[in-house]
Amino acid sequence: MSANQTHIAIASENSYIVYFSDPDSVQISSEVSAAIANACAQIKLHFGTKLIDLVASYASLLVIYDPNQCDHLWAKAALKVILDTPQKVSQNSGQLVEIPVFYSTEYGPELNLLAQNAGLSVEQVIDIHSATEYRVYAIGFAPGFAYLGEVDERLAAPRLATPRLKVPAGAVAIADRQTAVYPASSPGGWNLIGLCPTPMFNAQAQPHMPVSVGDRVRFMPIDEQQYLTLGGLLHEL
Amino acid sequence: MSFKVLQPGLLSSIQDLGRFGQHDIGLTTGGPLDNEAFLWANRILHNAPNACAIELSFGGLQLLAQTQSYLCVTGATLDLTINGVAKALWTSHKIWPDDDIKLGYSSHGCRSYISVAGGFDITPSFGSSATVVREKVGGLTGAKLAANDCLACASIAQLPRQALAQEHRPVYGQQNSGSHDGDTVLRILPGYQHHLFDTATQTRFFHAQYTLTDRSDRMGMRLEGPAVACASQNMLSEGICLGAVQVPADGQPIVLLKDRQTIGGYPKIGAVLARDTACLAQLRPGDTLRFEAVDLYQAHTINTLSQLKFDHTPLLHLKD
Repeated sequence: MSANQTHIAIASENSYIVYFSDPDSVQISSEVSAAIANACAQIKLHFGTKLIDLVASYASLLVIYDPNQCDHLWAKAALKVILDTPQKVSQNSGQLVEIPVFYSTEYGPELNLLAQNAGLSVEQVIDIHSATEYRVYAIGFAPGFAYLGEVDERLAAPRLATPRLKVPAGAVAIADRQTAVYPASSPGGWNLIGLCPTPMFNAQAQPHMPVSVGDRVRFMPIDEQQYLTLGGLLHEL
Repeated sequence: MSFKVLQPGLLSSIQDLGRFGQHDIGLTTGGPLDNEAFLWANRILHNAPNACAIELSFGGLQLLAQTQSYLCVTGATLDLTINGVAKALWTSHKIWPDDDIKLGYSSHGCRSYISVAGGFDITPSFGSSATVVREKVGGLTGAKLAANDCLACASIAQLPRQALAQEHRPVYGQQNSGSHDGDTVLRILPGYQHHLFDTATQTRFFHAQYTLTDRSDRMGMRLEGPAVACASQNMLSEGICLGAVQVPADGQPIVLLKDRQTIGGYPKIGAVLARDTACLAQLRPGDTLRFEAVDLYQAHTINTLSQLKFDHTPLLHLKD
């Protein structure tokens, strides 16, 4: 999409939120996501120390600036210049990250349910989930929680009516047309389909996460033995 | 060289000004709910603005000194005693090893800040020592303070004592009435999805009285009052800033604070000025408030003037 379709709205006394598509639309697009990733880089460059933080999401970018170093007029003018400058955006920007998944009906209790809903076999569900290349649309909810989209329409499933009190770290899950790996044990209402041995958030490692917003992700099916060899843990659900 | 926690009180945590530049991995900022009281605690002790202090909600903290230092308590009104002797708030006090420092329960306001000379020495994680319990990040172990925690600090033998004069101290709670009826006034900048709230709903929002509920914490303050739901509830998740007022389908606003999630999918009518989120954090469940719309120019002026006031308010110099 061209950059002049963006819209800058006030978020707070020291932040603007930039919408990269019609704010009332709930369509997800990798083109929009690529434009956001691009804008992030430009904003970091132009704002320098005046930038406090950025929150990239599906179709928006929250830009938080330091009100002691610039005012809202400077910030908005700087954003306009950046957004009005045509960017060469490649849809496939971002690194491709392969993430291993031990798909399992035992440790992914909704795997059967998704197969039944779609009229497919469990193997077909695994094939479809692991054949799709996902994009990291947003990171939030919890440290290291990456929202990946879009899940094949046949596998889309609403959140559980009653969220689980405890989803184990590494659980691979689907909600609507999004998929994610739970970085830490937490309550959660997504449909569980397997386990991932790769830590999605490690406070001690650099970088702290294997993926960033704008990256592409492909899931690689592994078996229980490989899962354990890669350091995965098995907990009863 | 440390202070030992004998009683942690209802909710105490280590805070600095907050964790910035980490939203891209999903970490929120944390930091003091009342920045102004936090900054005064450090300034009175000649500390750097970002020095680590304890944030105490509702009171009940007891510390044992294991070093010489100076200590200052700002924020909510409560009884402070050192070895059983009543001491003034907003004032630097000399501390000796084995001193027993007790904070009672707050009578006005509910967040207190306890700083020591040089600040508590807490290893930062992700660039900050601010505790966010939900993320298990910051402080000593990512948790709130517990009995027997030891908070390291430098041994300081000599430091000129200072205090903030009574007339410059903030007044908390319903006494601080920006309006005639005693309600606290929160200034809000309309933004985000405010255009999706119809005119009648916006009018209701800006004329209604809201009550702070007890379902409030460092993440957000839930309010109760006339419902102001927005017709459109189906939106993509997006970044949430400090003070954002999100309105779920039940129409009851939630003002998001320092431990907020970084992204969320509820419509937002705008954001309360950071200065006023501090006033909100000093209110108690049952207190009433109103919203008043301001624009970016007013917000800029309000912030500049209050910064000037903070920088230029002289401190009293006390004899040892």
